[in-house]
Amino acid sequence: MMIPCPYCGDRDVSEFRYGGDATKQRPQHGTGDLKTWHDYYFLFDNPKGPHTEYWQHVLGCRRWFKLARNTATNEIGGVVS
Amino acid sequence: MSKHYSALALARHALDPDLPWPRAWEKPTPKSSYDVVIVGGGGHGLATAYYLAKNHGITNVAVIERNYIGSGNVGRNTTLIRSNYMMGGNTAFFEHSLKLWEGLSHDLNFNCMVSQRGQIVLAVSPVQMDVFARRGNIMRLNGIDAELLDPGEVRKLLPYLDWSKDARWPIHGAIMQPRAGTVRHDAVAWGYARAASALGVHIIENCEVTGFVIDDGKVSGVETSQGRINAGKVGIAVAGHTSHVAKMAGLRLPIESHILQAFVTEPIKPIVDHVVSWGAELFYLSQSDKGGLVFGAHIDGFNTYTQRGQFNRIQTVAECAVSLMPFISRLRLLRHWGGIQDMTPDGSPFICRTEVKNLYLNGGWCYQGFKATPASGWTFSHTIANDQEHELVRDFGLDRFEKGRELDEFGLGNWTYKQ
Ligand SMILES: Cc1cc2nc3c(=O)[nH]c(=O)nc-3n(C[C@H](O)[C@H](O)[C@H](O)COP(=O)(O)OP(=O)(O)OC[C@H]3O[C@@H](n4cnc5c(N)ncnc54)[C@H](O)[C@@H]3O)c2cc1C
Ligand SMILES: [Zn+2]
Repeated sequence: MMIPCPYCGDRDVSEFRYGGDATKQRPQHGTGDLKTWHDYYFLFDNPKGPHTEYWQHVLGCRRWFKLARNTATNEIGGVVS
Repeated sequence: MSKHYSALALARHALDPDLPWPRAWEKPTPKSSYDVVIVGGGGHGLATAYYLAKNHGITNVAVIERNYIGSGNVGRNTTLIRSNYMMGGNTAFFEHSLKLWEGLSHDLNFNCMVSQRGQIVLAVSPVQMDVFARRGNIMRLNGIDAELLDPGEVRKLLPYLDWSKDARWPIHGAIMQPRAGTVRHDAVAWGYARAASALGVHIIENCEVTGFVIDDGKVSGVETSQGRINAGKVGIAVAGHTSHVAKMAGLRLPIESHILQAFVTEPIKPIVDHVVSWGAELFYLSQSDKGGLVFGAHIDGFNTYTQRGQFNRIQTVAECAVSLMPFISRLRLLRHWGGIQDMTPDGSPFICRTEVKNLYLNGGWCYQGFKATPASGWTFSHTIANDQEHELVRDFGLDRFEKGRELDEFGLGNWTYKQ
């Protein structure tokens, strides 16, 4: 699989680190409700289909970015700003 | 026609080749209603149905499989079984599983080719030997077999490893579980399917569950590609598709789906007599009866439902293999394939009730679901039959993260596979 780094262009997946679901909203700092933090940290939609996720070009320019990819096909939709 | 497999039946069929063997399991048309419907006809779903019938007398059961029996991870794994665990919630469960494996072929009247060839885990540093000693002691206190081997003893068993002075990862010893080994994985699926079918369980292949019928927080059936099927109780056992299927019942789970690959080389003469695991990296191998070396390793590392592996994992695995056994550097990999598995925060599974009444969950098996198959079926069937978790799986609940009771066998913290 080739991942399009916004800075370096298409590079092999082996140069990247996967950072998980990028649509999760981190709860407000100071939220005391443990259930909210539990759900944020532990639960995933994990969809079979379109997914927006974080990647880092860890063995390249080290940039973090959001990518659209289909988890049912690995088809890359492109970088999401 | 002999329903029971035996030496006598074999002889009879050998003498009369025209005598057809009976089909191993029936292909019934689905009824409109069952006491229990199991979603997913992998090892866990079939074992659950078998033990529902055998241990609990519940025979009005359907296993609904969207593909054919054996097409999932039960037929894709590297066939390793062991019980070298040390956390309280794991030891008794996996040891129970190993004990069931030891009698399984007789119980099912199907040769599962259980081969207790022993698993040897190699230490590549003195510190790792200390860790192994601790693990071994805890295992023995729990009545599980474990032996600590010094380098001389390992060398006698595995002379083919790189024992040279300049080996990249010198071997400092090993821990061995003599009762660990391998099992012919397809036979497990077929054996459970045949034995469950003989007890009256309906195995319905090529039928996909597409939804759940839920009223007032209680499940009463499933929607399938062959229409609605009513059910008193429903169990989910769909391996890598747990999130996808559970979502149809409104559940959001602590699971990501990842691909794990397996690899096999061209066949060579028998040389690897054990399962050998490496301490330097998640890498292990065994030799199949056909002679191929079977390699297992890490997941590819990003969530996906495609069963296509990435090339960089092949490369890493080849590097591990050659580092451990330089003499195989010219062997060719014949095949590699992938299976989708649930990854959970602490690497441990779920066998439990859910927030939907009469809907039960079996999933989150990460790397370890094949060895768990018999005990998983045993305890999941109990959980379904009694609407109460079996005592062996009391630590496999969905609420363990909320309660701060993670079952983290390696003491590494949450989501380590992402780091
Ligand atoms: C490459 C690889 C190597 C492994 N090696 C080992 C090992 O050495 N030792 C070990 O202990 N474990 C190993 N595992 C893990 C082990 O294989 C799994 O944890 C275990 O097989 C999962 O349970 P199962 O057999 O029920 O899964 P499966 O056989 O995958 O069964 C699940 C079934 O559910 C079906 N399904 C999915 N969605 C639906 C739906 N909507 N409707 C109906 N049916 C559906 C699927 O088609 C599938 O047949 C390995 C896994 C992989 C991928
Ligand atoms: Zn880059």
